[in-house]
Formats: sequence, structure tokens, C-alpha cells
Amino acid sequence: MNHRREFLQGAAAAGLSLSAPLSARAQASSEPIRLGLMTVKTGPLASGGIDMERALVMFLNEHNNTIAGRKVQLIVADTGGTPANAKSKIQELVELSKIDILTGPLAAYEALAIDDYLKEKRIPTLSVAAAEDMTQRKPNPYFVRATSTSAQCAHALADHCAKTLKYKRMIVIADDIAYGQEMNAGFQRVFEDAGGKIVQKLFPPLTVPDYGSFLAQLKTNVDAIFLGFAGSNGFRFIRQFNEYGLRDKMAIVGGMTALDESVLRNMGDEALGIQTVCWYSAELDNPINAKFAPAFRKAFGYDPGFYAAATFTNGAVLEAALRAVNGRTNDKEALMAALRKVNVPTARGVVKFDDLGNVVGDAYIRKVERKDGRLVNSVIKTYPNVSQFWTYDPKQFLAAPVYSRDYPPAKNLET
Amino acid sequence: MQIWVIQTLNSLSLGGLLFMLASGFALIFGLMRIANLTHGALFMVGAYLAATVSRAGYGLLLAALAATLLVALFGGVVERLILRRLSGNAQGQVLATLGLSFVAADSCLMVWGGDPIPIEAPRIFQMPLRMFGLAFPTYRLFVLAVAIVVAIGLYVLIERTRLGATIRAGVDDMQMARAVGIPASRLFTTVFCLGAGLAGLGGALGGPILNAYPGLDADMLPLALIVVILGGVGSLVGTFISSFIIGFIYTFGIALVPDLAYVILFLPMVVVIAFKPEGLFSRSAT
Repeated sequence: MNHRREFLQGAAAAGLSLSAPLSARAQASSEPIRLGLMTVKTGPLASGGIDMERALVMFLNEHNNTIAGRKVQLIVADTGGTPANAKSKIQELVELSKIDILTGPLAAYEALAIDDYLKEKRIPTLSVAAAEDMTQRKPNPYFVRATSTSAQCAHALADHCAKTLKYKRMIVIADDIAYGQEMNAGFQRVFEDAGGKIVQKLFPPLTVPDYGSFLAQLKTNVDAIFLGFAGSNGFRFIRQFNEYGLRDKMAIVGGMTALDESVLRNMGDEALGIQTVCWYSAELDNPINAKFAPAFRKAFGYDPGFYAAATFTNGAVLEAALRAVNGRTNDKEALMAALRKVNVPTARGVVKFDDLGNVVGDAYIRKVERKDGRLVNSVIKTYPNVSQFWTYDPKQFLAAPVYSRDYPPAKNLET
Repeated sequence: MQIWVIQTLNSLSLGGLLFMLASGFALIFGLMRIANLTHGALFMVGAYLAATVSRAGYGLLLAALAATLLVALFGGVVERLILRRLSGNAQGQVLATLGLSFVAADSCLMVWGGDPIPIEAPRIFQMPLRMFGLAFPTYRLFVLAVAIVVAIGLYVLIERTRLGATIRAGVDDMQMARAVGIPASRLFTTVFCLGAGLAGLGGALGGPILNAYPGLDADMLPLALIVVILGGVGSLVGTFISSFIIGFIYTFGIALVPDLAYVILFLPMVVVIAFKPEGLFSRSAT
């Protein structure tokens, strides 16, 4: 055992010393870029995870598996959606598969579990996970996020609710995890700063099978309820909401994962008219998405949603950065600088990053409509160039605590 | 005031659903001493089967029947082919049923995909029941009614039939039951089918409330364990009562102290294990 390890270390060292002087010239042509994808293909989160892989494979196929003159080799790891697995899988990707660049993982708690390791190994990462502080108070220099922080899109929806829909009193409800808490907090902050009142805040456990006892508690003297759910929870909540006859009592609006395309395809008329916010919609009218969404639908029989669009967008961001460095991945600092400097049209619209590596991009208010017999998220309004700090001063934003269950404090709760 | 009435109805209907989930687990555990960790997966398979059959246009009741029978059959196969070989090996059984639950969950993922699948309630139950200014989902009352019918049926089966007598004998003293000529082998398979079928029925009838989705198994299994531990081994009445106790604790716990919902749910279980490990209503309290 010991001998074997020593031998391997020796071989690795020899390989390094041989390849280092050559790499500058040789790398650009022969060796493929090794792109790691961490996703979830088994367990409850698999729906989104499978879409992540499908869309990325589609992107690479469209490019003949070649970006900036270099072949791309995709290495996919399935974490099952647990932080512990994410940790061992990232070590496998980095140490065995020797990936140059990572995209994923899917869930925020997975991303948090491997964050230190990615920093230590200096792996450029194009993330999907939304945890606020990864691009705020605890930034990682090897990290960019082209999608959204938890609250980035919710800020825009809150503005829309207060100013356009003229809602005065609202309830917020979300999964009792950091993602849901951060989203509710951001929504509440912007809604209350615009003169609205959050009169009730609820956090059901992530895995609650039945929302009955939450539905019974809802105040009915409100204009609307904001859903900060992820996965299939928004779908289940809305069905049970209707079961309790609450539909004519208040309107529903939702965050970026409450009524994703992936759950919409299993819903019926109960979803019609619900407005949600996201950085993407399969209905988005731009030249790239006009090709991507129909092609995805043709290949798999359903519209691309949050997760498919995320990796497809990441593909475009990566392509732009690799072009800027002529396909050279061994100078990580140069690659990161190029990644953070991109200004590239993608399926979601133009992507550019702020100093902390988070996207400044459009957020879309969407409304569920029926089109060609299926339910779609039609875009009814665009908030251009939304930053993770909304319209607040970044310095003050970062000086305050991170969004949570109790921050900012809710002053208008009624009992 | 209104909210209390609705929460009470919520508690009762959740209790009914929990009884259908847990009674099968309790039966199997009581007779065979197998902590069947596949039970949550059987519940989920029941929901998925019901979704498929009802989407094919056969209606929920037929779908529930099909789910019950198919899951019962599956349970029988599992008992014959796998658990039989592990009899007396409690650890092996726990691991085998746990492993099987993963296999079942990922098989569901392959067959039905990762998206949640809604199951329609029968049309007559779709509109909420409105009375005294309250609105309550009619279908949940129907589930409660079915649970009570199932409970009465099981009670009659266990207390008034020959099969029930052999089951009771087996629960009380397996060795003696064998000695007086009760065919333990056939009895085990029958009870396992019955328990699995109940899980399938629960999944099918719970479907319109919970929907079929990956992870339903893991959401439901702990609830079954809590009910059975609280109710006591091999006691149908205990399972029935503790289903409703848990239904009330869960519903009112979430309403009154939402931050501690799961603490309140598991606390009675911890207390029972610490002070009355045989359960509150155990029939074989020795």
C-alpha cells in the first residue's frame, strides 16, 4: 500500500515536472479542457439535476465539443444532493479527473460544503447555487454566478408587487432553509421599503408532506402571498391552497423556483395567472433562447427551466472567457480575470459580473398562460441590469448582516 | 375560533392518513419483528401507481384498488425472496429493507421521472366543503372516513376471524404458535402482503393531498415510525389512537410553535422510548 502510494506520488511529480515547461505551448492545441459538472441525478432533486446535464451536453454538442480551439471533455459527477457526497465527489473530480473548471453543484448547501476546498485548489467555478454570502460577505475569488442570489430576483418582484400591482399587505412563506429565508428577507425588505406591509411570515420545514396546518393559519385579509419555495414544494403548496378554497381570497406570486417550467408541465388551470420572477423564462425573446428553448423542447419533450438554462448560460459564459484567454486554462488567475470581465449575450440575456463575481443581469416578471395547449411563463415585464444589491448601496448592504429568518426584522407582523 | 375548528379537522384527517400508513408497518413489526424500512417506499410506489392508473382515465377508486393489490404483491415477493432468507437476523433485515427502499426510490425516479405528479381527487370531492363560514377540503374528510372503515375492517379481521386469531397467536408467542400447528410461513407472507397493501392504499389515497414526488418515501417513513413506537408493538388499537395523537401534535405544534414543529413531533417518541419502551398501548406488555 505504502509503496504504491509513493510510486503514484513519484509518477505524479514526474508528470508535473515534465509537463510544466511544455504546457504553455502544448496545452492550447492537443489536450482537452476537462470540464467538471457536479449535479444530482438520483434522489428528490434529480429533476433539476438531470436538466443541468442535458442542457450542458446540448451546449457542447452545438459547439462540436470544441471551445476556443480546444476539445472539451465533460466529466459528470452525481452527488445525490447531499453535502457529504458533494465533498467526496469534488475530490474525485479534482484529484482523479483533474478538472480545469467546475460547473455546479445544484444546491446551496452542497456549494457551501465544497467552497473551502475549491478555494484551496483554485478551481474556477461557475455556480448555480444561490447562497447570498458566497458573493457577498465571504466571497470566493474562483467563483462566478451567472444565475441569481437567493434574493436578487425576489427584490424585483417585491418592487413589482408594491408599485405595479399596488399590493399593500402580504404574507411571505418559504422553505425553512437558508435559500427560502434569504429570499423572503429580500422580498420583505424591498416590499416594506416601498410602503407595503408583510403581516405574516411562515417557514414550513423543507420536507413537510402536507401544508394543511399552514394553510389553516393564513390570514385572509391580505392582498397576496409570496411563495419562496424550491423544487416541487411550490407545486404542492398551490394544489393544497386551492383544496382549501383560498384561491378567491388572495393572489399568489412566486420566487424564481416556485413555478419553474419543470413543475408547470404537470400543472393544470390552477396555475393560470400566477406571476413569478426569474432570471430566465423558456418564453424569453432573444436570438439565443429562440434557438435553445425549441431545440431543448424538441429533444426532451418539455420546456427548459431554471436548471437547464443555468448550465446552458454557464456554457456561454465559459466560452466567452476561454476565447479571451485563447483557450488557456493553466493560468487560473488570467482565466478568472477573463471570467469576471465577460459581457456576453446568453439564453437569459446579457451576462456581466460585479466585483464579487455575481451576475448583473435582467430579471423577468412572468405570468402563467396557456399557449399551444401547454402552460408557459410569459414574460410581462423586464427589470434590466438587476444587481444582487438591488438599488441599495453595496457598502451599506454588505455592512448589514446577511439576510435570514429574522433579518431584516419584520415590524408589521400581526398576530 | 375558525382556525381551531379547521386545525382540528386537519389533525383528524392527517391522523387518518397516518393510520393507513402505520397500520401496515405495525402489523408486520408486531408479528414478524421486522422494522420494514421499505414501508415509506411502498407508500410512494402506491401513490405513483395510483397516479398512472388514474391518469389513464380509470378514476381514483379503481386506481387505489390497483395500487393496493400491486404493492401487496410486491410485498409478498420481497418477503419470499429476500426477508425469508434473513429471518432471525434483525440487523440484516433492517439493512436489506433500507437498501430496498433506495432501490425502490431510484426505480420510481427512472420510471416516473423527477417531477411531481399530481393525482386528481374524484370530482365530487374536489370543491371545498363550505359550512358556517368555514371552508375545508372535502377530500380530506373522505380520507378520514376511509381510514375509519379500514380500521374497523382490520379490527374485525384481527379479532373476529381465524386468520386474525393466528396473527394474534403469532404476535403473542411465535414459538408456541408454531408448536400448535399454525403455518408460520404462509402467515408471514400473508401479513407482509397485507401490510404492504395497506401502505399502497395509503399512498394511493394520500396521493391527491400529497401528490407523488421523489422524496415522498423519506418524508413519510419517520411519521410511520413515530406512530408505531408511540402506539406500541402489535397493537392495532394503539396504532389507531397514536395516529390521531400524532396528527394533533403535528398540526397544532406547527400552528402554535412553528420553529419547534419537529421537536414537538419527536419529543413524545423520545419520552415513550425512555419511560415506556413497549409503547403506550402495547398488548404484549410483559
